[in-house]
Amino acid sequence: MTGILRRVGLMFGLPIVLLAAWWFASANSVDFFFPPLSKILESLVDEWFGPRLAADVVPSVLRLLAGYLLAVVLAVSLGVLIGTSRTVRGVLEPVLEFFRAIPPPVLVPIFMLFLGIGDGMKIVVIAFGCMWPILLNTVEGVRAVDSVLSDTARTYGITDSARLRKLVLPAASPQIFAGLRQGLSVAIILMVISELFAASNGLGFAVVQAQRSFAIAETWAGMLMLGLLGFLLAVLFRIVENRQLAWYHGLRRAQRSS
Amino acid sequence: MLDVRGIKKVYESRDRTVEAVRDLTFTLQAGELACLVGPSGCGKTTLLKIMSGLLDPTSGEVLLEGKRVQGPPPGMAVVFQEYGRSLFPWMTVRENVELPLKQKKLPATRRSELVEESLAAVGLAEAHGAYPWQLSGGMQQRVAIARAVAYEPHVLLMDEPFAAVDAQTRADLEDLIRDLWHKFQVTTLFVTHDIDEAVYLGQRVLILSNSPTVIRDDLAIDLPDQRDQLTTRSSPRFAELRARVYEQIHRVKPAVDKESVAPAGVG
Ligand SMILES: Nc1ncnc2c1ncn2[C@@H]1O[C@H](COP(=O)(O)OP(=O)(O)OP(=O)(O)O)[C@@H](O)[C@H]1O
Ligand SMILES: [Mg+2]
Repeated sequence: MTGILRRVGLMFGLPIVLLAAWWFASANSVDFFFPPLSKILESLVDEWFGPRLAADVVPSVLRLLAGYLLAVVLAVSLGVLIGTSRTVRGVLEPVLEFFRAIPPPVLVPIFMLFLGIGDGMKIVVIAFGCMWPILLNTVEGVRAVDSVLSDTARTYGITDSARLRKLVLPAASPQIFAGLRQGLSVAIILMVISELFAASNGLGFAVVQAQRSFAIAETWAGMLMLGLLGFLLAVLFRIVENRQLAWYHGLRRAQRSS
Repeated sequence: MLDVRGIKKVYESRDRTVEAVRDLTFTLQAGELACLVGPSGCGKTTLLKIMSGLLDPTSGEVLLEGKRVQGPPPGMAVVFQEYGRSLFPWMTVRENVELPLKQKKLPATRRSELVEESLAAVGLAEAHGAYPWQLSGGMQQRVAIARAVAYEPHVLLMDEPFAAVDAQTRADLEDLIRDLWHKFQVTTLFVTHDIDEAVYLGQRVLILSNSPTVIRDDLAIDLPDQRDQLTTRSSPRFAELRARVYEQIHRVKPAVDKESVAPAGVG
């Protein structure tokens, strides 16, 4: 029990101190660009958790999830293929290296030409940008499948789809999750960026909109909202990862202590 | 039953070629329990990988029941030397043993029978729910043996399976192998470093030379079929046979390159 209290204390201690510092430092602020934190929080609750939640936050999050899931499916399948076959790797690697080198934001104006400015374009931008870390990590993970384990599977007739499900994917899963985590942060960045150029709703759009109309407290609150969203997604991700990789963390602990 | 004919294997890499085995020919009869001894690095693992269809020989062939082995044949189980790397760490002990049975499409009731039996046979009846990395090295190797036994193979190849277990467990496992062999009459090839173990276990001991590797001797072990650790090992015949094997392995050989001289192990 005290252990849990301690952990909660450690986790929330610093954020509370920082917020308190911000609160008191800004309490009497008359600077137009640095409104008091109380105003910002007020706007966060009234605006971002008010009408803007359905109007802007939810559409953003849906596009984020759609793009991210698309990227996961594409990148993991392609990664398994590339990691398994030397020929495919040889053919695709140079092309992929090239695509990977393109900074994703620059794709927004180009994709706009083909896909317009609707949800489709934004989802594709998110997916295209965040698939690279997932893809590369999957390839590495698949290539690193232990040779003894692989021989064991072969002698017991575990081939093809059973091999994929029982051997390749689980063996690569620690690496895949590392890629998924990186991919998620890229996806959040691209979610915002894709809304800066041309959009009629969304978190990124609304923050810029607020800034242009000098709703300074709301702009700050939008930033807090993005931070909260990122934090929430990271926590959810961690929960899923801890469940899926429980064996891996146990294995690592066992190896360290021996 | 299992014919090994003129097997030669040369590993080729960019900067060096290694002749792992030169020319091996022997036959295992159905239901036979043979041991293979040889110095470290003489190509025992290489031979086993070729016999199990995991590796192509440079020349020669392996025939299983008259058919040429070209990939892992069904009905053959292999226990690998690297026990720590041959169990799936994301599966429990039970799941590890059961996986090949699922692949064989056995019904669930039969599967759990086999799992229970084989884990009990290696003394791990309590460990079903544990993950491999929660077990000691010796226990992990026993899980690998249980998995091979549960598979009900016709041919069982074992690569130094007891290298990581303590002397007492080792003696138990040796008796277990003989029991299982008596019970199921599985054709078994057992690779070991340990001369005593080879003589105690086998009906026959194949002795490999240092590289360039050939079969130095093929010795029938005429000890009584009922063996037990105490009386068998202290019998005069055991001592004779043991000396024979020892002599063969340590026979002065024409000086080969220093590299391939075994550092440790045999003897
Ligand atoms: N994949 C490989 N590539 C190149 N050389 C190899 C490879 N595998 C084994 N060798 C070489 O072939 C020889 C025989 O190796 P092998 O592992 O078969 O010996 P072993 O008898 O099983 O040894 P040990 O008793 O130590 O297990 C060694 O010289 C080894 O270095
Ligand atoms: Mg070996």
